Amino acid sequence: MKLRANLIIGGALFALAILVGLLAPWLAHTDPVLDANLLNAEEPPSWTWWFGTDDQGRDIYSRVVYGARVSLTVGIVSQLINSVIGVALGLSAGYWGGWWDDVVNALTNLMLAIPSLIFALAIMAVLGPGLTSLLIALGLTNWSFTCRIARASALSLRSQGYVQAATVLGYGDLRIMITQLLPNMLGPIVVIGTLGMGSAVLSEAALSFLGLGVRPPFPSWGSMLSDARDQITTAPWLSVFPGLAIFLTVLGLNLLGDGLRDVLDPQSRSRRT
Amino acid sequence: MTGVPLIEVEDLRIDLDDGSRCVAAAEGISFRIDRGETFGLVGESGCGKSITALALIGLLRQPLSIGGGVIRFEGREIQRLSAAGQRELRGNRIAMIFQEPMTALNPVSPVGRQIAEMFVLHKGKSWREANQLAVEALASVRVPAPERRVNDYPHQLSGGMRQRAMIAIALACGPDLLIADEPTTALDVTVQAEIIELMRNLCAERGTAILMISHDLGLVANVCRRVAVMYAGRIVEERGSADIFRAPSHPYTQGLVASLPRLGSRAALGRIRLKEIAGVVPAITSFPDGCRFNPRCAQATDICRTVTPETDLLEAGGLVRCHHHA
Repeated sequence: MKLRANLIIGGALFALAILVGLLAPWLAHTDPVLDANLLNAEEPPSWTWWFGTDDQGRDIYSRVVYGARVSLTVGIVSQLINSVIGVALGLSAGYWGGWWDDVVNALTNLMLAIPSLIFALAIMAVLGPGLTSLLIALGLTNWSFTCRIARASALSLRSQGYVQAATVLGYGDLRIMITQLLPNMLGPIVVIGTLGMGSAVLSEAALSFLGLGVRPPFPSWGSMLSDARDQITTAPWLSVFPGLAIFLTVLGLNLLGDGLRDVLDPQSRSRRT
Repeated sequence: MTGVPLIEVEDLRIDLDDGSRCVAAAEGISFRIDRGETFGLVGESGCGKSITALALIGLLRQPLSIGGGVIRFEGREIQRLSAAGQRELRGNRIAMIFQEPMTALNPVSPVGRQIAEMFVLHKGKSWREANQLAVEALASVRVPAPERRVNDYPHQLSGGMRQRAMIAIALACGPDLLIADEPTTALDVTVQAEIIELMRNLCAERGTAILMISHDLGLVANVCRRVAVMYAGRIVEERGSADIFRAPSHPYTQGLVASLPRLGSRAALGRIRLKEIAGVVPAITSFPDGCRFNPRCAQATDICRTVTPETDLLEAGGLVRCHHHA
């Protein structure tokens, strides 16, 4: 069997990001918010300050480590919300068809037509900045791909013998959807979910960069980038390290998604063995 | 047998509506099955036997629908039951096994779980009890080492084993009627005999009636006490299974019986051609007027081309739908 490099590297990067987020209090050298000291302002990276310090003398390494918590929370939770919404709508639409399918389709098309970041911006504008509104805004705006895939799978699975057999055996609609359809479409849903997490991390960064994300002084990768904008020529490390963190996390998630697709897609599996 | 039959179908019509026009895919279907009885429905592909079975369990989907007639289960009209009432019948009182056991089992769920789910769903058992019952159910269909097999996924089982598992699921709740739609078509001939034997024994033990659907007249006559032959959406003859071979009454049945190869006969040895029925089955949209068999029938006269024959009672017992029956 061929070594699946993308799965291993992607999984490792994602696991690393999660570990960093979980172990932040032990990994960080200083408190990301309180340990500001103007005497150390804008130190370049060194043995003392691994990633340098910002204009208020806060340790960038510690802030990046703590920032992982925000980015990953947003990435994972908002994508979970998206997956649940997308699967619920897509699965029921594909299985039942009829007017419900039309409604869900229209809604999906609407969501696809409006750039999700703009939509999220609008929701954030109403709810105000903060972690909870971030989760809500990103959780409500990116379910259309999941929905499409769930619907397509439900449509093709609906006519499978075992789904008909389940109907004959007296299963109710809900039970058929949960026990017969859902497990059979989980593969692509997981893949889309992983890729979606990557884009949620990016969206969080974008919203925080625009000042709508996590409130300062608490660190998030996006808001750190935003703060570092003015000093990009004088203190490039301020933007490089949070940027690198975003890059590696999103790269990891995308590789993981690709790798999972290879593993879960029966066709590519048979080709490899 | 007296009293209320287990299932009674009266003048059932099934419509096929493709949006622009509506044709009857099956009509005038009437039969009854008593408790513990075995009844066979035979016909070529497309004659309407499978959709009749689907109608019995209320599973016709667009573009098919019930256009008329009554189906009674223990005297209650199935069409009048609520969705929940129909669901309660399905699986619990009426079960069905399918032609292709691979596609009829959920590939991502172990067979034991699929059997156990029936007990949880219809008998209100806990999962722990249900899993125990699943092992017993697999043992009853003579799957070796059932306590290990319950954890197997469908793809780990052979075709015969899968069909056994399917039978275990269907018979799990002790249904009163088992509908078997070409249950052995996808299996080897040797396995086929085992499965039929198993199905027949289990149903006899439990007093389960069987409605067997097949294109194989020999197989059906072997399993069932009574046989109905369908042609182009109508039942043309209904007889005891011994009679249908000995003295078929409808020209179509006569043709079918004559076309069966017999061991040791000259035809089987390849010296002469097997008898055949000339012509092809008419398309569903262009059924001929009168008797639908008339274009292929050697005995057809003018009345056959214009008047639809009614079902007549035969003196020897049985029903036939022909103007010229013996």
